Amino acid sequence: MKFLGLIRANLFRKKIRFVLTIGSFAVALFLFGVLAVVRGAFSGGVDIAGADRLVVINRTSIIQPLPLAYADKIRRIPGVKELTYANWFGGVYQDEKNFFPQFAIDVDNQRRVYPEFAISEEQWQNFVKDRQGAIAGAATAKRFGWKVGDRIPIKGTFLGGVWEFNLDGIYHGTRQADDETQFWFQWKRLDEQVPDRLKSHVGWYTVKLDHPDDSLRISKAIDEGFANSPFETHTDTEKAFAAGWVKQFGNIQFLIMAIGAVVFFTLLLVTGNTMAIAVRERTGELAVLKAVGYSDRFVLLFVICESLLIALIGGSLGLGMAKLFTLGGDPTKGLLPFFFLPGSAVLAGLAVTLLVGAASGIIPAIGAMRLRVVDALRRV
Amino acid sequence: MVRVDGSGGSNSLIKARGLGKTYSRGGEQIPVLQALNLDVEQGDFVAFMGPSGSGKTTLLNLLGGLDVPSAGSITVAGDEITSMSRSKLTQWRARHVGFIFQMYNLIPVLTAFQNVELPLLLTSLSKVQRRQHVETALGVVGLSDRMHHFPRQLSGGQEQRVTIARAIVSDPTFLLCDEPTGDLDRKSADEIMALLLTLVKGHKKTVLMVTHDPVVAARADMTLHLEKGVLVEAGRTQPAASGGVR
Repeated sequence: MKFLGLIRANLFRKKIRFVLTIGSFAVALFLFGVLAVVRGAFSGGVDIAGADRLVVINRTSIIQPLPLAYADKIRRIPGVKELTYANWFGGVYQDEKNFFPQFAIDVDNQRRVYPEFAISEEQWQNFVKDRQGAIAGAATAKRFGWKVGDRIPIKGTFLGGVWEFNLDGIYHGTRQADDETQFWFQWKRLDEQVPDRLKSHVGWYTVKLDHPDDSLRISKAIDEGFANSPFETHTDTEKAFAAGWVKQFGNIQFLIMAIGAVVFFTLLLVTGNTMAIAVRERTGELAVLKAVGYSDRFVLLFVICESLLIALIGGSLGLGMAKLFTLGGDPTKGLLPFFFLPGSAVLAGLAVTLLVGAASGIIPAIGAMRLRVVDALRRV
Repeated sequence: MVRVDGSGGSNSLIKARGLGKTYSRGGEQIPVLQALNLDVEQGDFVAFMGPSGSGKTTLLNLLGGLDVPSAGSITVAGDEITSMSRSKLTQWRARHVGFIFQMYNLIPVLTAFQNVELPLLLTSLSKVQRRQHVETALGVVGLSDRMHHFPRQLSGGQEQRVTIARAIVSDPTFLLCDEPTGDLDRKSADEIMALLLTLVKGHKKTVLMVTHDPVVAARADMTLHLEKGVLVEAGRTQPAASGGVR
């Protein structure tokens, strides 16, 4: 602690340079934070996907349906605890850019399979009783300013016409990364409207298991049970299904990692150069420190400490700005399923900051450590 | 009693024997100091003079443990410093040597107080004890009223006095001064020399000083000349030592 004054005095020696270096870290970590938010929005569903849930789709493609009759057969497989099903609706609310996912859901089993989506009992019962009812996720309701009781017109795409819904309730995710953008309505209403060839068909099944360890056995049992039928199935864990879904957008993870790596490498060069200049300017002073008894190791740690402090201040500032940015709300107005900076990203950001801080300070610090007092004083 | 013939007794504070230093430049060996002997006792005030490149600063660096000799040995207060490792030597310097440089070499972002406190941060003294030591040292050099000034707010003479305070604050065994008045006007130089004499006479400090200025050298107890890497005793300057700088 007694050396803190010395470190602080050196940090503020060149105020403009200090502010600019801090600024470099702040901007880089702000970008890191925002990229982490975007990455989380795309892959967060994968991270929190239920390990005890399987998704069953048509082997040909997810847009091909599966018979409703499969439900009973799947339920009979040992280890299957619950089962629900849904269909994609793909309607348009007011304008195509107002995208949010709409699902026709099985009201009897939805809440047993997806307990993470919380809704009041009263709202749920109103929804169950109302064939024209709908439930919206909190993010989507907020995005469009919907309130319970509102009448919501959605233009059908593959089915056509305008579908009017009564908003009976709003659900909330019980975890931070739960998707609050979905819009649900009763599967039976959809089934009544579809052409005969599509009646009693669902888009996919979600199967809840007694034990996640059984996922491989049960997946195999389901797919084998419907092999060589007109509607062969493909069963996977919800995590694998979510990961496959994200992949359709391209390798977001790689893109974000690549951008982050370039930013941090540039930051390393900039701060490394700054630290090298800062140390070179103080050659004489470092020599005096050594002359009066400060050890080589002290000088090494002194320079690294300075570098780490700059990194920590700038990095914390940048991550703080990113946090504030996310608190300001989703700039895509709910297009992303969730928009928040997870604690793990903050920790990762701080770790990377310290790593860059240490790496940028290490070479000048070693130079300062090796400095010979006699040579340095001769240069002064 | 200062001796250069190697006949010093066991009461020598600083004892150099057969001291040599050779630099290597472009494959060429350049001898700077050759088989030099020196004995300095506690309380001596010695001035080293000689032309540029004669090895004065090199000698000072060797005696202060800032450089290692190519040959010979140096013993200070019973410690053989030439066989010490670099880290041991650093610790030894902190305990035994006070440095005063021509260009002051104060840290510009620290106040006079903080500059003087620097050597004490390495000790186990408490904050209160450090404050007392620093205030005493600044009092000795007459800068009690400037302790919170930064170097840029001080004159050259005042900066050098802060350097002296920094050199004496940890009560070292001896002081090494490399052209302490070289960057000062005559009046300031006179004040610095008076201060060094006070340290020698009043506080029994041992001072070894390099200077180009014969007037300044005349204030020391003895002036030694370095010629081609060999020390030559120039004689005692007792009468001048008590007089003013002319």
